[in-house]
Amino acid sequence: MKKLEQTLSRRRFLRGTLKGGAVSVGLPLLNVFLNDNGTAYADGMPIPLRFGTWSWGLGMSESIFVPKKTGANFDLPEEIAALAPVQEHLNLYTNFHVFKDDAPNLCHHSGWVVLRSGIAPTARANLPGETIDVSIARQIGNATRFRSLSATATGDVRDSFSYEGGNSVNTPEWSPLRFYQRLFGEGFQDPNASTFTPDPKVLVRQSALSAVQEEARKLEKSLGAEDRARLDQYFTGLRDLERRFDLQLTKPDPREACVVLEEPMDLPTGLDADLVATRHRMMTDLMLMAVACDQTRVFNMFYASAFSATTQPGYDKPHHTATHEEAVDPELGYQPYTSWYTRRAMEEWAYYVQALASFKEGDGSLLDNSFIYATTDQSFAKLHAIDGIPMFSAGTAGGRVKSGLHIDGGGSPGCRLGFTAQRLMGLEIDTWGDKSNTTSSEIGDILIT
Amino acid sequence: MVIRLDRHSAGEKPISTYWHDCRCLAGSARWQVAIIALALSALAGCSDPQSAESAEQQSAGSPLRTRLLTADQYANSIAQLFGEDIAESILPPIPPMARTDGLLASGSAFVGVTSDQVSQIQQTAASIAAQVVDQDHRDFLIPCSPEETEAADTSCAALFLEETGRLLFRRPLSESRLSDLVHVADYAAEQTGDFYDGLALALEAMLISPDFIFIVDRAEADPDAPSQQRLDAYSLASRLSFLLWNAPPDSVLLQEAEAGILYTQQGLAGAVDRMLVSARLESGVRAFFDDLMAFDEFNSLAKDPLVYPMVTGTTLEHAREQTLRTIVDHLVARQADYRDLFTTRQTFMSLQLAAVYDTPAGQGWVPFEFEEEGPRLGLLTHVSFLAAHSHSVRSSPTLRGKALRETFLCQRVPDPPPDVDFSSLEEAEDAATAKERLAVHNTNPSCAGCHLITDPMGLSLENFDGAGRFRETENGAPLDIAGELDGIFYEDIAGLAHATRNHPKLSACLINRLYAYGTGGPVSLREDRDTLAEFEARFAKNGYQLSTLLRDIALSDAFSRVRSEETQVKMRESLRIKAPAERAGSTMALASMENE
Repeated sequence: MKKLEQTLSRRRFLRGTLKGGAVSVGLPLLNVFLNDNGTAYADGMPIPLRFGTWSWGLGMSESIFVPKKTGANFDLPEEIAALAPVQEHLNLYTNFHVFKDDAPNLCHHSGWVVLRSGIAPTARANLPGETIDVSIARQIGNATRFRSLSATATGDVRDSFSYEGGNSVNTPEWSPLRFYQRLFGEGFQDPNASTFTPDPKVLVRQSALSAVQEEARKLEKSLGAEDRARLDQYFTGLRDLERRFDLQLTKPDPREACVVLEEPMDLPTGLDADLVATRHRMMTDLMLMAVACDQTRVFNMFYASAFSATTQPGYDKPHHTATHEEAVDPELGYQPYTSWYTRRAMEEWAYYVQALASFKEGDGSLLDNSFIYATTDQSFAKLHAIDGIPMFSAGTAGGRVKSGLHIDGGGSPGCRLGFTAQRLMGLEIDTWGDKSNTTSSEIGDILIT
Repeated sequence: MVIRLDRHSAGEKPISTYWHDCRCLAGSARWQVAIIALALSALAGCSDPQSAESAEQQSAGSPLRTRLLTADQYANSIAQLFGEDIAESILPPIPPMARTDGLLASGSAFVGVTSDQVSQIQQTAASIAAQVVDQDHRDFLIPCSPEETEAADTSCAALFLEETGRLLFRRPLSESRLSDLVHVADYAAEQTGDFYDGLALALEAMLISPDFIFIVDRAEADPDAPSQQRLDAYSLASRLSFLLWNAPPDSVLLQEAEAGILYTQQGLAGAVDRMLVSARLESGVRAFFDDLMAFDEFNSLAKDPLVYPMVTGTTLEHAREQTLRTIVDHLVARQADYRDLFTTRQTFMSLQLAAVYDTPAGQGWVPFEFEEEGPRLGLLTHVSFLAAHSHSVRSSPTLRGKALRETFLCQRVPDPPPDVDFSSLEEAEDAATAKERLAVHNTNPSCAGCHLITDPMGLSLENFDGAGRFRETENGAPLDIAGELDGIFYEDIAGLAHATRNHPKLSACLINRLYAYGTGGPVSLREDRDTLAEFEARFAKNGYQLSTLLRDIALSDAFSRVRSEETQVKMRESLRIKAPAERAGSTMALASMENE
């Protein structure tokens, strides 16, 4: 039996002349692949580590968002009360700063760009560097069909906090139906299928690709430097196709939590908070199933844009407008409608974390083998403040991170969390960020050493 | 190989122009007849190919560009080669463009393609290729049959791939390229045991090639001016067809490029005139104005159903369509003065829109005329403009004013400063009208500067709520819609419409955008100023007719001459410096002014 497990748990490469024929491979049951304590595969290969991001818009109402206590068992003020069921799974980071240095404070832009790229943008459409998920995907995303996936709950294809460079944004999935078809339509290999039939067309695609690459190289030579860089990027994409074709010739390892979902219905456009929540949950369910099926190990979920235009039916101010136009209630000490929007965001953040925790993987859950980095664009949106910008993480990154903590950053760079995340994912970097956002200091309080 | 001679029945739509060069895209019969009749008549006066060229001396030329196909151009390419049904079955795998100098199309010269996007391009290519060779399509999309379906057929594969490649890449395939592709098809047929699977895999390889995905301008020495360069004939053909049709060159245009006809004034004029009377012109004009007016916003636009229960997604789709129909009818079918688009009461109505316009209507689209003395006239009073530039729950004079300036006058409204104190707005909570609310807001000098640029004309549209419905009052308070647009004072909506129609920047802005659209990227006001001024003078002389402007641009020296490397470097440097501000995405730009 042991021999069988070891043999079958490895990905198998089925190159050769297929000539229209199919090779079927019998597969054993799922749990035989795990070791005795369920933390790794039986042959010693660790359960893969995943990295995710989550984003919400327009920060917080500090007086009812920031807990009084730091460390474990922190209190949950009313604006984040919805996090109670998942408190043990997440860390909250407050009093971390984003620095703009000599760049302008670009409303609703500087905050998220710095936290995702480490660099303060100099103008509104300026997207410096690359985002953290792209760097991490290059490290841990090579063994899956999709290096990374992005999805938005806004229904707007332009809403993404993931980019390879200033002119190369990773387009998010915005339609549940389309997302489903991309994940589970043509090209999906069910890791738990009892047979595996490699597609003979894949070999041909590999062969044809080299000719396409050669032509791309020829074309590239005729261009100026900037266009050549764009062609080079396309060429990189073609090389990534090669990697994907290789994977298609390989029997995927079984994944115990992977179940192909039913095709969803699409939703109407709109940003009514209930509709956004419904869309967020549908996209989350699809995204996390894609992760459970090991279609990707890097995933971005976008709840609301930086200029969040989420609406409350019957109330005349969308979220962003409310942050500026709504008065701070003198008795409550905060903006009630604005806080209502933030509370809805926190409900969805709780849903997302809970959903990750509900996927069984080994003795734990998908969340236990993930690290999720959640950011926003402002701290106090009414004043476009970026000092004290709140952040969350969720998951324990395969036992490397403590959770259930409230961390006070003491005014240190918010980029420390992104730096910590990259180090957790195996990036060998000593520093991250630019100018005052530069850090070489991990958030040691959360690390299990 | 068996060659099919009779490939098409009258009912069959598609296919590559290998078999059929002069297909018409969908369009109303009325328009098609009118387009041809009026366009021929309009062009009669300018059929002398010298008329444009003689007016324009040798220009500074235009930059070489490498553009990513836009989503519509991708879809049109597939539709043109393989038919509407296949084009409609896929979602073009093209990323959204950053709006650049007012156009998504100009963003296509800068956008990069991520690895994830390339994988989507491959998935879409596989889907298209599989459909082209399936049982439903192969008999009329592939001009021959293999001797044996289960084996390779080099001749038949070559026949299909050569012509399809020519149309997909918008230039002939080199012998070695064709040979590679045929080899792929043969090898694939051997591997899969199916000729059609093999052909599909070779087609798939073409569909992921950068030669298809990118529109690459290529230069060659100009024999008439040896120190200068011109676009090569195929690049010029692509520029022409994407400008006029928003689609790739058809077979005739490629033949004209191959024969060198596009390098003679007479030949180029003939080619352009053929394109201008094609029904495809409607598609091209729609695409340009859809981009210019930022109608991509409609892809995610919605209204609060509690506040505007009669406005559904379908209503908004129809609002977009109403304006595009009006524009095409006015500019293409009627060949009317561009400026009159801002005052015309002629439009089209559908049942779905009737409730918003508070008018009876029948099924389908019908010509419609707003009441002579009523408040609706011109594009600014269309539901599309009014609803797109409003919040989901209320109107926004600021967004409307900003859109008017940026869309139609090419003026840039600055972003609000980051340190605005919004506390004054809190005191305006009880204001009945937007005007009162903004008056309070503008007591802050740092806000007032920009709001004075946008609000006076935006407030003149306050008789229309956030969904574009007419209202006499707001929250029971009367509306004061008198306003001012750059020194022209007026009392009512008609006054704003006429002030816009007569604004000195209106036609210059159209020319700026149209020239950028045609040459594939933003204009340089330093390098292109003289060229644009010449276009503007002739546009005025020709009665502000769009077809004459299109013809003028297409035949101009600047359109086909390549700007010198030295000038291009300067331009790139200039663009790099101003790129962030210039490339502001539409979402950001609009959102930044969201607070009135």
